[in-house]
Amino acid sequence: MSDEAKDDVVKVIRTPVQLDYNYSAGRSASRFLRSIKEGKLIGQRCPVDGRVYFPSRGSCPQHGVPIEGEPVELVDRGTLVTFSIVRIPAESVPLEIPFVTIQVLLDGADTILMHLLGNCDLEKVHMGMRLKARWKPKEEWEESVANIIYFEPLDEPDADYDSYKEHI
Amino acid sequence: MRDVAVVGFAQSQSKRREVNLNDTEIVIPVIHELKKGKNLKNEDMDFVCSGSSDYLAGAPFAFVMGLDAVGAWPPVCESHVEMDGAWALYEAWAKIQMGYAEVALVYGFGKPSMGDLPLTMALQLDPYTQTPLWPDAISMAALQARICLEAGVLTDRDMAECASRDRRNAKDNPYAQVKGDFSIEQILADPYLVNPLRKHDCSPISDGASAVLLVAGDRAKDYCDRPAWIKGIEHICEPLDLNVRDLTRSRSTEIAAEKAGVGNAKVDVAELASPFSHQEVLLERALGLGADTNVNPSGGAMAGNPMMAVGLSRIGEAARRIWDGSAGRAVAHATSGPCLQQNLVCVLEGN
Amino acid sequence: MNPTEESLSAPHVLDYTYKRSLGPILSQFFTGLRDKKLLGVKRKDGSVLFPPKEYDPDTSESIDEMVPVQDVGAVKSWAWVAQPRKQQPLDKPFAYALIQLDGADTTLLHVVDGGSEAGMKTGMRVKARWADETIGSIKDIACFEPA
Ligand SMILES: [Zn+2]
Repeated sequence: MSDEAKDDVVKVIRTPVQLDYNYSAGRSASRFLRSIKEGKLIGQRCPVDGRVYFPSRGSCPQHGVPIEGEPVELVDRGTLVTFSIVRIPAESVPLEIPFVTIQVLLDGADTILMHLLGNCDLEKVHMGMRLKARWKPKEEWEESVANIIYFEPLDEPDADYDSYKEHI
Repeated sequence: MRDVAVVGFAQSQSKRREVNLNDTEIVIPVIHELKKGKNLKNEDMDFVCSGSSDYLAGAPFAFVMGLDAVGAWPPVCESHVEMDGAWALYEAWAKIQMGYAEVALVYGFGKPSMGDLPLTMALQLDPYTQTPLWPDAISMAALQARICLEAGVLTDRDMAECASRDRRNAKDNPYAQVKGDFSIEQILADPYLVNPLRKHDCSPISDGASAVLLVAGDRAKDYCDRPAWIKGIEHICEPLDLNVRDLTRSRSTEIAAEKAGVGNAKVDVAELASPFSHQEVLLERALGLGADTNVNPSGGAMAGNPMMAVGLSRIGEAARRIWDGSAGRAVAHATSGPCLQQNLVCVLEGN
Repeated sequence: MNPTEESLSAPHVLDYTYKRSLGPILSQFFTGLRDKKLLGVKRKDGSVLFPPKEYDPDTSESIDEMVPVQDVGAVKSWAWVAQPRKQQPLDKPFAYALIQLDGADTTLLHVVDGGSEAGMKTGMRVKARWADETIGSIKDIACFEPA
């Protein structure tokens, strides 16, 4: 067999998998998503220790108990817990690079939310800064956390480190 | 061997489509019911093991969310199998045998209604020569059924008898999905779904979850007056390819049954996770079950088939009949892979 | 919230672009398909596995003697698909079948373009119809058709 013929063997095949699903959000996420369509931010309180989970979920992942009580409505402001400056474009992010991804602790919540920071010089981003949500125009609201375009700085003194240190 | 018993069981209602809850939310009330019923705290559990398949949700690592139902802080000793929960139970049993655990929680869950289950099942086939052709699970079963019928090892009446019995038995099972009185004549008059299979020959597609509590030794009595002791448990696997297997019998079930000691004494109750009626005929033969065994008092998989939980539920249903004294000795079965490729057999006794 | 309110749902497509490496045996098998040749592998007892495997499924011995099999054979079992799904090989009703090709001792799982369910019969002879373009894929055989 010539070398050329030897190289001409099939060594790799393509076996793509494409399957269609109708993904189901479930009760808690549906409640959260329906609320955010109305501009409301909904969390839920663990019946054991009272921690507020945001976004709401069906059970407390710590205590393993169902969360069935009334939802807790949160304000759209909070504290920047940590951040990262991203210099690679991402299809799902509507901001130009470099942009800032953040973890924000909403006032009254006990869990952090992943989101974006906008309207802020890169040099000024820091932990503890106070933030407020910048919403899309109301007529564009849908069942999505993307109704909040990003969080932006609030003209307030930084939060005390102790108030968010357990989330780092 | 350490004595290990099934002492608790909870299950959700099998539903063709659970419209309100996601897959994690289906399992939350099941585990909660089991824990509450047994007054079980997380600190009482040495090991947690689950069975589910990410392909049912179409999301990688979907199984991790299932832990929300257990509660994993402080961290728990946990494992997962991408198989029916019956295999998670086997892992938990082995863990207890090795002395690493005394009390183990096992659960299985699935929400196949989010996808096209028979097609998703093509992913368990040979990825080089079979999956690219996307043979759905019903067509695969039909290939086996035709071989059995044309070889004369069973008749469509044998198949209809299983379907009729299971759906009749399921009338007493509040968790079952397909139940009622269907005569053999009625079933045989139905048109084919995939020739030679009729709709009645197929188990339903079900969303659902179940959970089982295993406890070792004397502590089992703390949780249950009459524990269902695991006297034998074995799982045996055949090759994946149909073309090198004898499809007219279930060799792997025969071997598992022998190793688990099914034939050592009378079997009062058997619970089978058979996805298709002709496979149920083969399983009954492989297990050596006779007229003195009450097969599928719950209706079995033919009455409710929560994917990834149905085998675990068979163990729970069999154990339940030991607890209430209606059976002294029970056999539970679970299966995995195309056309009964892999089979698990578990023997439970009250004494 | 009304507890009976349905969960929100959204379409989701799982799309994996898997590529798979072939060992020496499957490499010969798929190269053969590309060149419109069918290759099985001979077991120690002389019987021929088709499609080929690297190991004997009974004894787990390594096997590597490739032998040609014919592109015609007999249907050993079949299942009629009245409403094909978009992923499946043919867009009209067809049969999945276990086909034992002449020269092979095991069956191949593939599809038969049998026209109608009434045209299908166990034992019927079928012949491979090759795809217009063959690339090294089980779908290089577009289907089998009555011979
Ligand atoms: Zn909690």
